[in-house]
Amino acid sequence: MSEIRIKTDAPEASFRDVAKDALLTAVVALVLAVPFIGLKSDSVGIALALQTRWAEMFAIVGAVVAGRVLISLFRLRRVQPRTPQPQKRAGAKELAAAWGGKHIVLIGVAGFAFAAALPFMPFSSRYTIDIGTTFLIYVMLGWGLNIVVGLAGLLDLGYVAFYAVGAYSYALLSTELGWSFWVCLPLAGLFAAMFGVILGFPVLRLRGDYLAIVTLGFGEIIRVVLTNWVEFSKGPNGISGIPRPSFFGFSFAREAESTTFHELFGIAYSSQHRIVFLYFLILALAGLTNWFTLRMRKLPTGRAWEALREDEIACRSLGINPTNVKLSAFALGAMFAGFAGSFFSTRQGFVSPESFTFMESAIILAIVVLGGMGSQMGVVLAAFALVILPEWFRDFQQYRMLLFGVAMVLIMVLKPTGVMGSREPTIRLHKKDQGSAAEAQPETAR
Amino acid sequence: MAYFIQQLINGLTLGAIYGLIAIGYTMVYGIIGMINFAHGEIYMIGAFISVITFLVLQAAGIGFVPLILVVMLIASMLFTAVYGWSVERVAYRPLRRAPRLAALISAIGMSIALQNYVQLTQGARVKALAPIISGGVTLFEQDGFAVRLSFLQIFIIILTMALMAGFSYLIDRTPLGRQQRACEQDRTMASLVGVNVDRTISTTFVMGAALAAVAGMMVTLYYGVVDFFIGFLAGVKAFTAAVLGGIGSLPGAMLGGLLIGLIEAFWSAYFSIEYKDVAAFSILVLVLIFRPTGLLGKPEIEKV
Repeated sequence: MSEIRIKTDAPEASFRDVAKDALLTAVVALVLAVPFIGLKSDSVGIALALQTRWAEMFAIVGAVVAGRVLISLFRLRRVQPRTPQPQKRAGAKELAAAWGGKHIVLIGVAGFAFAAALPFMPFSSRYTIDIGTTFLIYVMLGWGLNIVVGLAGLLDLGYVAFYAVGAYSYALLSTELGWSFWVCLPLAGLFAAMFGVILGFPVLRLRGDYLAIVTLGFGEIIRVVLTNWVEFSKGPNGISGIPRPSFFGFSFAREAESTTFHELFGIAYSSQHRIVFLYFLILALAGLTNWFTLRMRKLPTGRAWEALREDEIACRSLGINPTNVKLSAFALGAMFAGFAGSFFSTRQGFVSPESFTFMESAIILAIVVLGGMGSQMGVVLAAFALVILPEWFRDFQQYRMLLFGVAMVLIMVLKPTGVMGSREPTIRLHKKDQGSAAEAQPETAR
Repeated sequence: MAYFIQQLINGLTLGAIYGLIAIGYTMVYGIIGMINFAHGEIYMIGAFISVITFLVLQAAGIGFVPLILVVMLIASMLFTAVYGWSVERVAYRPLRRAPRLAALISAIGMSIALQNYVQLTQGARVKALAPIISGGVTLFEQDGFAVRLSFLQIFIIILTMALMAGFSYLIDRTPLGRQQRACEQDRTMASLVGVNVDRTISTTFVMGAALAAVAGMMVTLYYGVVDFFIGFLAGVKAFTAAVLGGIGSLPGAMLGGLLIGLIEAFWSAYFSIEYKDVAAFSILVLVLIFRPTGLLGKPEIEKV
């Protein structure tokens, strides 16, 4: 749907527009700021009392207005000189994109090689590897959700539920039955996929927005059940003492009854071994997810996902069963969340419902969408931006989540298709230059 | 029986609050087809503004209860409406023609930002307020159980009914409502016949925010506690209510809200209070399976 807009901004009037804009911004910012920044409710004893912070308030409002004026002036400068300069820049951008497109495999392999070499780099410490592991968990979750959201175009707001299923299934199977990690890992994936099928089967016949709200509800249900069903999940206290993984049966302890890892290889004991092993484990799992997705995109099912995302009615008329195809994407995405979940619980040694809030789902979804839906490399970049950058700004702990939210809005407003978003179909019938007119259009609101 | 009626009253009160929030969701969904994820936060902001207004009045030494209520109502509606307008202007308007998911992510980002903004500026602790309206009437007594209807509950139900009546009039009879319905049907066509689409969408957000602010004020009065996190769950439940009633339908939103309120009240009274959130969601899933358009929604015909 295209809207008709008539632009009548004559250049003479623009400075007046800037002033008008600034005034409007000032008034709105003041109204917004008075009850929250200007006034603060504080507990004095048992009652509430008011405090005022007028100085701070005016400083913040002033900063907002200044920012607005700068943006307006910047836009004015960009609009006025009508030289063919923008075209040139677009050309350079296209060139860069083409280069990136051609060498994306190379970049990917280089990135993977760097990730594999990271623990042996001179600068890497235990802390680096720990962050790297966290980062890779999110990359894996992002890739898993990318199957659901990016490829099949299904909006899943409760992805963390499957992560929780995976985490708890390993936690329970290992503490109650004493099963090993390597047995539980596939089982965790299977359980999560099963939940995906059970949830998806009734819901996937419906339109996308309903799926969003049902998955959101499902995520909450899982968390509420885990919190309240104390006999099953130990409730809000969580499950602790979850066994750490072993190197295919050789434990990482200093001393054990059976052969330990350092004895097997005849090297000195180091507590770092387990950390590095966990890092490689998640690297392998994430790599598996990526490889699987890339393969899937070349198979009929994967192509059906993408086709379904673009046009469901056309797909149906071509004889694709939308429910089954969606269900496969949903279940496979859930499976990878299950794998990641069981890794999470073995790494932490402790799980509780606290870890599986809606915030987690929102972060994972943000990683997929900010990266550009369907782009594997985009997920890595977005995970870097959302997981590692906040880690560096730990000093601003207080403002971290505020900035996180603002950044999400800003990135979407500036680049709605995501950082790497191009929405290229994996295959096309003709060579690219012929089909450039039929370039994928942004989906419009229905 | 007495216990049942008591729960009915409690459920209706709760349902009125959910219904008011649900209207904001359903209107925005109807007009631009997106889930306004930050709407729950708008409601939370409304609740905070009513707390702050109350404190300002208290500091000014005003103790006349009806005046306090009126000022709280007007102040929270006004300030919250500006918040609603700003959210639309900053986070949604630039994304009007972007992919639908982009707007949703922007909304989620806005929701996180607003939540943390309130936490930073007002503190993370729960704000507790002494009851402003107390007392009530005992309707009847049976087996030693008295059914009570508090003045506050009467206030909430009457205010909701009055707002609903005014609101229906606004949508059905005024030029503003007509423009809104036109945009809902076809934005391009509406703009061709001279409707200012951007302004109409802004008004929708302003109205939704004002109603959510009333809900926020009611919750402040009803429970007496407010914190920065109340928006999430209330928002999800209100959205559930909107879907249950048939998204895009205003009476549906109110009906859905009342049903969710009743389900929650009865569930916590007769089954378990821990699982009351689960109950609401389970009902939602059931409704979607058996009646995907909601109770009052029109079936949507997809055209190629």
